[in-house]
Amino acid sequence: MSATASPVQSSSMPLKIEALVKRFGQVTAVDGITLELRNGECLGLLGPNGAGKSTLIRSIVGRVIPNAGRVEIFGAPANSAAARAALGWVPQELALYPRLTCRENLESFGRYQGLTGNGLQQAVAWCLDWAALQDRAGELSKNLSGGMRRRLNMAAGLIHRPKLVLMDEPTVGVDPQSRNRIFEMIEKLHSDGTAIIYTTHYMEEAERLCDRVAIVDHGRIIALGTKDELVQNAFASRSQVLARFADSAAGVGAWVEQHGGRLVDSTAEFTVEHPTEIAGLLDDAAKAGLELVDISLRRANLESVFLHLTGRELRD
Amino acid sequence: MILPIIRTAMVSLRRDRAALALSFILPITFFSIFAVIFGGRRDTVPKITVIVVDEDQSQVSRELVKGLEREGSLVIRTRPASNNKGVEPAEYTASTAEAAVKAGDVPVALIVPHGFGENPISFRNDQQRPTIQLLKDSSDMVAWQMVAGLLQKVAMASMPAVMAEQGLQSADQFVGGFTPEQRKRMDAGLEQLRQFENAGAASNGPGSGGIIAVTTRAVVGENKNNPMVSFYAAAIGVMFLLFTASGAAGALLDEADSGTLERVLSSRVTMTTLLAGKLAFNTLLAFSQLVLMFVWAWAVFKLDFLNHIPGFVVMGVCTAFAVGAFGMLLASICRTRAQLGALSTLVILIMSSVGGSMFPRFLMPEAMQKAGLLTINAWAIDGFTKVFWRDEPVSHLWPQVLVLLAIGVVLFAIARKIAERWEYS
Repeated sequence: MSATASPVQSSSMPLKIEALVKRFGQVTAVDGITLELRNGECLGLLGPNGAGKSTLIRSIVGRVIPNAGRVEIFGAPANSAAARAALGWVPQELALYPRLTCRENLESFGRYQGLTGNGLQQAVAWCLDWAALQDRAGELSKNLSGGMRRRLNMAAGLIHRPKLVLMDEPTVGVDPQSRNRIFEMIEKLHSDGTAIIYTTHYMEEAERLCDRVAIVDHGRIIALGTKDELVQNAFASRSQVLARFADSAAGVGAWVEQHGGRLVDSTAEFTVEHPTEIAGLLDDAAKAGLELVDISLRRANLESVFLHLTGRELRD
Repeated sequence: MILPIIRTAMVSLRRDRAALALSFILPITFFSIFAVIFGGRRDTVPKITVIVVDEDQSQVSRELVKGLEREGSLVIRTRPASNNKGVEPAEYTASTAEAAVKAGDVPVALIVPHGFGENPISFRNDQQRPTIQLLKDSSDMVAWQMVAGLLQKVAMASMPAVMAEQGLQSADQFVGGFTPEQRKRMDAGLEQLRQFENAGAASNGPGSGGIIAVTTRAVVGENKNNPMVSFYAAAIGVMFLLFTASGAAGALLDEADSGTLERVLSSRVTMTTLLAGKLAFNTLLAFSQLVLMFVWAWAVFKLDFLNHIPGFVVMGVCTAFAVGAFGMLLASICRTRAQLGALSTLVILIMSSVGGSMFPRFLMPEAMQKAGLLTINAWAIDGFTKVFWRDEPVSHLWPQVLVLLAIGVVLFAIARKIAERWEYS
């Protein structure tokens, strides 16, 4: 026997969030978020710590009861049996049974999803192959390397082959090789048409993997679109100029502010409409007696947008 | 460098409230329990209930019964307690008294036989003399010895005239007869003793052993190879079952910490299903432990296990269920493993001491014995005692079965309610 097909409406959107509000006492963690995820789309969810991402994710998984609004997965309310069957969740924590082998972990989570018999064994085989863990199938999960455990953690969330997958920072604490392998796994999933919500603090991951990006802050989505759209909206055709001055240079901060820039970790940042504006900045710096160490021109990227929108102050 | 280490340790302990409680509350709690049980408070000293059947109904036997009734440490019953107002039950007979001991209603019964009053005391080993029968439940090692001793004391104290008369008759026989003058003085002295006896002043007679002939017979446990093994197998078994169950249920806390619980709850598994599964596992684990313990007792200590398997299975499953649910409740109440460790140690040791796992409840004051009925230990031990000690049929286990199942259901329902905190936020 295998898991029965989920009675979700395949014609519906994988995820539809409408005016979602969640408060914890006086704190509003999610403040009226509306969001849609298209079929086969990978949506990046970015935001500083405490922005409300976790609450949003837990609302999608059905672990949070909202104060207002609703979450639908393929047209079914979150936490309904149909929604749970259609949704795969890869939590940030390594939510595995440490004393069970890779295969036993996958079998356990498969059974929790209603899989049995051949269906279960086929799903386990697919997961082991997808996560490149075939040769470690009999290894206790606690004995795996960090990267392998991450991959097993992802595989356990996909054991029932969901149509929508929620991945919460799946590359935390892994080495570059494992991260690259995880990217390939996600890209395969994406190319197979699975809708994905991907949360991360690494901008380059979002740039590589996501079709669209939503930036969340203070419980709201403050920007939503493709990477190019976000950059265009935030910086238009402007570029960033990064300049470093000698440590002995006095009054750098005041001079940078006078010229519309800001000083971050001893580096002055300016936004310019045309690269030719750099010459004027260099002239002014020389007149002010500032000793320039190096200067570079950078096109705005997702990180620029993120910092531009959410600021640079520490959140935790 | 030692002071900073002490300071750090003290701050850490102060922040760990569970460990702090364990360090200070647990010893005080245990001291109090033991002080109440063994502290010798006069109003809580346990009394021994004894059934007395006076078949003789002579002056002498009645005096003996009166003397026993005057003993502060005994409660003498000559007839069962009345259930209906105005309808007094018939007095105990030798057979109903024996049945009452077998059923565990009382630990000791005394049968005063016909003809006892005619020749109550002998200074010789007279095999023909009617002897008092002491029927005992061997599971209570203290009660029958205490009653046997008090019986001799009462004989000395409450029947001085009879004692003196019998003694003089023996002396008369051995010395070849008293002179008329001696006999006259002796009669006068005996009369004074009788008057003294009738005044009810007798109490502090000198102690003596074996003046009243008593035949002791174990009506419960008489054929047992190793009488106390079944008691300790149940008593110790239940206590450790409780520890194991709380530890096994602690896996729930580990899963909550690791995020596994949340992942499981995001699948098709509901919280009720999850807890029911954990309860089933805990029950199975606890039952397996009981099986191992009793099989060990059978193999090593000659416990008669094979003839009591149905009763064992019934009591084992019910006990394991209650214990498993108890573990689930502890796990759902506690937020961390440290809290679980502290709370389970506290609760389990209290339950075990009050419930009879550490020492038999019949040694405890009456109030403490009643308090023991609030514990899983007491009901489980009572049930296993019925099976292995009293050889009672499975149908007689219904009170223990009902209570243990009810405890299990109630504890599980509370655990399920508290576990809502893991479900949603």
